[in-house]
Amino acid sequence: MKVLIGIPAYNEEQTIEGVIKSLPRKIKGINKIDILVVDDGSFDNTKNKASKSGAKTLVHISNRGLGGVLRTIFEYARIEDYDMLVTCDADGQHRGQDITKIIEAIIKKRVDVVVGVREYNTKDSPKIKVIINYIANILTFFLCGIYTNDSQSGLRGFNKKAINVINIQTDGMEVSSEIFKEIKQNRLHLGEVSVKAIYTDYSKMKGQKVSDAPDVLFRLLLRLIR
Amino acid sequence: MLSLIQIVLVIFLFFALSRVVLRFKGGVVSLTGLMFWSSLFALAIVAVLIPDITSRIARAAGIGRGADAVIYASIVLLFYLIFRLHIFLEDIKSDITEIVRKLALKDIKSKNAKKTS
Repeated sequence: MKVLIGIPAYNEEQTIEGVIKSLPRKIKGINKIDILVVDDGSFDNTKNKASKSGAKTLVHISNRGLGGVLRTIFEYARIEDYDMLVTCDADGQHRGQDITKIIEAIIKKRVDVVVGVREYNTKDSPKIKVIINYIANILTFFLCGIYTNDSQSGLRGFNKKAINVINIQTDGMEVSSEIFKEIKQNRLHLGEVSVKAIYTDYSKMKGQKVSDAPDVLFRLLLRLIR
Repeated sequence: MLSLIQIVLVIFLFFALSRVVLRFKGGVVSLTGLMFWSSLFALAIVAVLIPDITSRIARAAGIGRGADAVIYASIVLLFYLIFRLHIFLEDIKSDITEIVRKLALKDIKSKNAKKTS
């Protein structure tokens, strides 16, 4: 069984090496783990730093947004015939051991998609992010028909069936909710595991902002009525 | 007896409605989109054909004045143009992303093609 860890990255030269080094290289029952960084039109040294750290790299010549990158990662996983795909953020928010948890959950729970639900009861959790995430979960439920405890988590795992059927159409941040629409439409089994998020000043700065929320909602609504 | 402005607006709204149906058949507009836009244009047709309805709604809403034909027609036209513009922009953005993706994956695909040949 071979696994791909896909990382969307846009101007992440400060953190990308540390993120790649923190990822698991060996997991019981997995023959091969590859790391793919898709540089989404960065104007810094993200691509070179990722390559030097041992990751495979692909480059978008123009910045297309999170949805555009995730679709490239899915496409790569299909072309290279991976059995499992785990996506994680490039800002250092996720811990390597939680990726192992995601992979093990897919195997043991026999689910198609696993979402890493970030624990929000820690003292470092930014209150505003907790509120945004809660609202996003409710909106995802109403617009996409499926409830999850962390619709905006970047840490997600997909088995081969999910890799093959999930068809991402959106380019921007709204992809986080769109994935749940795909899960519902394709009748995939969804599982959740609890993960710890590392909040640094950098990851707080790089994550979704309050100001993004109206735009994401507007795009989701427009996609529904188009 | 229909006035000239009513005939023009009804013809235009039916045209807009037909474009939405064609876009749905072409797979560009989703079923939800078809329902939303066709309901909107159908309601506009009813409002144009039976203007009393808008006057009643206006009175009920406390506006007091009936429909101002020019403003209402402009709003309908703007709605339709925004709809067309939105579809157009989304299609262009999507096409650009597809080109960017194809370029990013070009080497991988040609490598795999060599392997299989």
